[in-house]
Amino acid sequence: MLNQSLSPKRKRYEMTMKALMLVSAGLTAALVLFLLVYVLSQGIPNITWELLSTKPSYLTERIGILPDILNTVYIVLATLVIVLPLGVGAAIYLTEYASNKKMVALIEYAAETLSGIPSIIYGLVGMLLFSNSMGTCLMAGALTLVIMNLPTIMRTTQESLKTVPQSYREGAFGLGAGKWRVVRTVVLPGCVDGVITGCILSVGRILGESAALLFTAGFAHAVNGLITGLTAPGATLTVALYVYAKEQGEFGVAFAIAAILMVLTVIINFAATLVQKHFAKRRSI
Amino acid sequence: MKKNQFIEKLIHGIFLLLGLITVGCVLLITVYLVISGIPAIKEIGFVDFLFGKEWASTASEPKYGILPFILTSIYGTAGAIIIGVPVGFMTAVYLSKMASPKVKSVMQAAVSLLAGIPSVVYGLVGMLVLVPGIRKVFNVPDGASLLAAIIVLAIMILPSIIKMSITALDAVPKEYEDASLALGATPIETYFKVSVPAAKSGIAAAVVLGVGRAIGEAMAVMMVAGNVPNMPDSLFQSVRFLTTAVSSEMSYSSGLQRQALFSIALVLFLFIMLINVTLNFFLKREKE
Repeated sequence: MLNQSLSPKRKRYEMTMKALMLVSAGLTAALVLFLLVYVLSQGIPNITWELLSTKPSYLTERIGILPDILNTVYIVLATLVIVLPLGVGAAIYLTEYASNKKMVALIEYAAETLSGIPSIIYGLVGMLLFSNSMGTCLMAGALTLVIMNLPTIMRTTQESLKTVPQSYREGAFGLGAGKWRVVRTVVLPGCVDGVITGCILSVGRILGESAALLFTAGFAHAVNGLITGLTAPGATLTVALYVYAKEQGEFGVAFAIAAILMVLTVIINFAATLVQKHFAKRRSI
Repeated sequence: MKKNQFIEKLIHGIFLLLGLITVGCVLLITVYLVISGIPAIKEIGFVDFLFGKEWASTASEPKYGILPFILTSIYGTAGAIIIGVPVGFMTAVYLSKMASPKVKSVMQAAVSLLAGIPSVVYGLVGMLVLVPGIRKVFNVPDGASLLAAIIVLAIMILPSIIKMSITALDAVPKEYEDASLALGATPIETYFKVSVPAAKSGIAAAVVLGVGRAIGEAMAVMMVAGNVPNMPDSLFQSVRFLTTAVSSEMSYSSGLQRQALFSIALVLFLFIMLINVTLNFFLKREKE
């Protein structure tokens, strides 16, 4: 065998590197497995129908997370409704309209900068920009999240626009269509997969966000409808987890929320992979 | 015909505006942070603020020195990098070069999951597993410490490092490796002496990205680091990071104290900008 002809020094190098790689990969895998099993095993026994369907009550001294679930749904909806047109529009400008290379570089650099800014800074700026004028409310939180998620939507849309064949556009132009008509009828339908992927990734990011929401959306637990909900302060699931764990020592509830978030994260990751695979297959036909 | 041209121009203008929104956001964030961050630095004094060793914002004679926060953020990030980078790097080499396609896809899903777990969940597990663990193992009075924060951060930066390194390693041309193998190098020697050097810009970018993630993380650190504004003299000390300094006092602060918190955010922002520039440098080199 090849291995037998190696000098002892090379053999040792070979063995060490192999062992280090296996140990590292094993460690990573064990970590994921531990987190998953630990959080689910601690959290799932605490999830009851009562917890999911009520709000916290001081009278009966029990905690319900219905308001937090609703707030999370509202904030996801509000953020997506605002960020989608902005992000998709920006991506269309970059791939279809922009002819100045410096302009494209500037915009892309700005998007990269945005995605590198930590969420605590977004929270602070969101507080100054939105909460100071409209009060601490879910809408202020949603607007902060819009800025955070803009680069994600832009990037995924841009990537899918690049895969729309140039010949489609040329064909449409050749038939006498104007630029806007080409964008509307040829380009936009081609970026559906990017938009969907971007939405899924953004939902994941919004679900996990807490630092940016603490000072913009507040941490109240009241059950509201969509419209009043958006103008009132409210905690999302992650913020509620933080408050229950750090400030109130309610670890049972915290783990129940953590387990819910964990399951949602798994579902979102799975959905994102599925969507990408689905569209990749369709494109290759 | 003229009306059509007008509409086309109008729509072009609308898309241009949408495109410029990101630039506007960056400018807005920068301007707001600078405007709200400068006054307190002026009032406290640049040197006293940055290099003051004591933070006592609620004392009768308040002191606003943020050196403890700056050092804690630097030590904490460095510690996370020292633990996280070797593990992440080795995992990436294994997954990119040695693992079977099946193992690779399962592990990549696992790494994505690690990236998607909300930071408060890391904080919660850290609070209930890591903090008591450190207290027992090292026999210290409180496990909420710099060490706990370092371990949590190391785990949190793993996915960024692994994902980005894999992308860089996968992009190494097959010919390089074939040539090395044909010259008699073993596969493992080839990975580490040919593939890794060829992907070094991408791997460097991965490390810088990890630094950015670690220095910007707030919630998980808030839950495990203890939050006392000590100088980070030992691993077992309860410490406060730049990020947690902002978030732990924001809800009840006012006046100069509040302004000082904005100044801390400005310092953090400058750190992040520096990291962004470095990251872009490596990414550009990787492309070339």
